[in-house]
Amino acid sequence: MAKQFLKGNEAVVKGAILAGCRAYYGYPITPASEIAHAAALYMPICGGTFIQAESEVAAINMVYGAASAGERVMTASSGPGISLKQEGISYCAGSELPCVIVDIVRGGPGLGNIAPEQSDYNQVVKGGGHGNYKVIVLAPNSVQEMCDLGMLAFDLADKYRNPVYVLTDGFIGQMMEPVEFPEPIEKIPEKSWAVKGTDETSDNLITSIELDPDDLERHNQKLQQKYAIVKEQEQRAEEYRTDDAEIILIGYGIVSRILQTVVDKLREEGVKVGMLRPITLFPFPTKSMTELAKSAKFFLTVEMSNGQLVDDVRLIIEGKIPVYLYNRMGGNVPSIKEIHDEVMKLMRLS
Amino acid sequence: MNNILKKSSSFYDVYERRPGADKLTTTYCPGCGHGVLHKLIAEALDDFGVREKTIFISPVGCSVFAYYYFHTGNVQVAHGRAPAVATGIKRAHPHSVVISYQGDGDLAAIGTAEIMHAANRGEGITVFFVNNAIYGMTGGQMAPTTLIGQKTMTTPRGRTVKNEGFPICMSEIIATLKAPVFVERVMIGDTKSTMHTRQTVRKALKLQIEKNAFTFIEVLAACPSNMKMTPSRSRQWVKEVLADNFPLGVKKDISEEFEPKDLSRMVVKNSELHDTLKLETAKVDSEKIAPYQEKMINEEIKVAGFGGQGVLSLGTVLSEMGMRHNYEVSWLPSYGPEMRGGTANCSVKISKKKIGSPLVANPTVLIAMNRPSLDKFEHDVISGGLIIYDDSLIDRKPTRDDVDIIAIPATKLADELGNTKAANMVIVGALIEYKDLMSQEVVLESLGDVLKRKNLIELNQKAIIRGAEFIKNLKK
Ligand SMILES: Cc1ncc(C[n+]2csc(CCOP(=O)(O)OP(=O)(O)O)c2C)c(N)n1
Ligand code: SF4
Repeated sequence: MAKQFLKGNEAVVKGAILAGCRAYYGYPITPASEIAHAAALYMPICGGTFIQAESEVAAINMVYGAASAGERVMTASSGPGISLKQEGISYCAGSELPCVIVDIVRGGPGLGNIAPEQSDYNQVVKGGGHGNYKVIVLAPNSVQEMCDLGMLAFDLADKYRNPVYVLTDGFIGQMMEPVEFPEPIEKIPEKSWAVKGTDETSDNLITSIELDPDDLERHNQKLQQKYAIVKEQEQRAEEYRTDDAEIILIGYGIVSRILQTVVDKLREEGVKVGMLRPITLFPFPTKSMTELAKSAKFFLTVEMSNGQLVDDVRLIIEGKIPVYLYNRMGGNVPSIKEIHDEVMKLMRLS
Repeated sequence: MNNILKKSSSFYDVYERRPGADKLTTTYCPGCGHGVLHKLIAEALDDFGVREKTIFISPVGCSVFAYYYFHTGNVQVAHGRAPAVATGIKRAHPHSVVISYQGDGDLAAIGTAEIMHAANRGEGITVFFVNNAIYGMTGGQMAPTTLIGQKTMTTPRGRTVKNEGFPICMSEIIATLKAPVFVERVMIGDTKSTMHTRQTVRKALKLQIEKNAFTFIEVLAACPSNMKMTPSRSRQWVKEVLADNFPLGVKKDISEEFEPKDLSRMVVKNSELHDTLKLETAKVDSEKIAPYQEKMINEEIKVAGFGGQGVLSLGTVLSEMGMRHNYEVSWLPSYGPEMRGGTANCSVKISKKKIGSPLVANPTVLIAMNRPSLDKFEHDVISGGLIIYDDSLIDRKPTRDDVDIIAIPATKLADELGNTKAANMVIVGALIEYKDLMSQEVVLESLGDVLKRKNLIELNQKAIIRGAEFIKNLKK
């Protein structure tokens, strides 16, 4: 187990560089700042660019430029900064530009606080900006996954020419754990559509404007077809002790780490409980969810937001079994005991 | 207009991208300044032989469709953000010629931050700023450059200083910055001024091609449609009225003395990346840690104290050492305002089992380095747990009688070793000795890999030994 011990926020940068990312544009914000620190430290000496932009608005547009130029590029922020990036992300989606956005979620709304929350779920998973678009959303729950899913994000972004988020919370960003880094990727995929200042690319156009309604509708339909493929092919979820489970706990990010402990504890007490952890939030892991709903008595969704995740679970389950919510907000992290007691309470009810 | 545009080979012959049947004329109104400026730029790109290398950024505004015409790499961007996009492109392709083309709403209103900072960074791009004193595309609203008294859709009684302030002079502002190399305000008025504009456009582009210089060209131009003037009347207005309010001329020129800017990046081989990223992995000495492989370790440790006492690094050292004993480990700091208040704490888990939540709510071990920490966390410790506290700083004993308690004068012992800061390592030594968590030999050997301050390694090793001795003496 030869590993390196470091912060999630640092692992995601090192992983990105191994994945061929050579450009970082961002604006500092707690609890995501270490991502900028690491990028500032490593990007230039790995042959890349780091700029502390004048704002998140500028940062995402620098990303737009670098992505247009065919680079693997990333930015990172948290709640308020993500809100500011939304216009630019909509443009990236419209222009089909691959890029990676890391969101280390903090407490909201407004300035909120810097403790971990999951309240960016809607603004990230539902697109957040204007227009009929989707972004792929990966939700790591460990420092190792900050590296692994961070690297995967670049592959998916290029594969689908689409923005990809790495969505996690202040805890996963701030915590340190052992990580094993893979070898760097050989070569990033050729992007013949990009503008590179060459003769071959001088007919290329990066744009999101389509004046004619029929053209824009066709463009939208093409995007929807792409999202349908993503939904079909890219669902990822982790199931933990779900084999004979009658109760399924659902949560992502830091919550799933707590749920895992809760499951172990309840199992010791003889309760048949398991956990489903969405690793992709878009595409939502509908397949495993519907499958588990066939044998479960009820689902309990645990989140650090106001029911943003449970809404999606309920949409999938369509009332077939009860889907309950246990949540905390404001930067409070649900404790093992709270969730344990909630499960016991619901068992008595059902 | 159409004929003028088609002359240059930096334009497409046929505007295939333009929707509708008409693929030969531009979308600009007769007499519009954009069309003329396009021509001047295209001609310069031709003459300098850089069409292929050029990446043209179309803004939001009437020139949003510049990409219908320019046979160059084209990127259409969000309102006001062209200089930021240009930054991303130029940094990726330093050899390219990047043109940020913007109107006065785009550059001087919604995009002021982006232009100021691209200019201030001295990005190797050329900015063409078309000042027509109005919002063309959206139908004639006030621009930041609209003149006092000028009537627009949103200043129906004329712009007033009282309500809207003064027209903004961007060239003068940009010229106050250090990085821009060449800043000039020109106009498309009569033939003579247009010919001068042609020279200026060429100079600006050449400075990018040859020196990667940031240049900023403000072009006073007409929007006959929104001014409700004939093309010739509108040009006259530019010359007589607009130029009177926005003085023409060079605002800054350091092109002679400016050294060409090298924008190329470091070349780093893939094979060097692991080293550059410092991905060295922790050494595990399987022989020395063998006695610890059978132990059922499952510690949840809360470390708390003042900021500056090395509370967080106490936690990372424990975790790092745990990792070197093949334990599962996690470390989670308190962060943000909690820290600014002067206290800090971290959660450390060291276990043989996979770690769930990294947060320690009910510690098996509490390490309290100051009184507030003892007060705050004492009652969270599990029954049968352990409290280690620095009794050289904490003036009360813990009140719990269902836990083990170690009072250790860590700060005093560290002082005796010559540095108060080593108190945290005294505690590390004490804890691993008391719990027989890890091999002291391994801990001492790996300390150099773990600590950032290499000059303090010896001191900290001594501190660990001192902490362990203290426990050995207690046990005697
Ligand atoms: C975020 C955003 N706000 C507003 C608009 C609407 N809009 C389009 S063009 C424009 C003004 C353009 O004026 P200017 O930059 O002077 O260019 P011109 O049309 O005069 O060439 C505005 C406000 C937009 N597209 N995006
Ligand atoms: S509205 Fe004004 S700026 Fe726009 S094309 Fe017509 S003349 Fe040019």
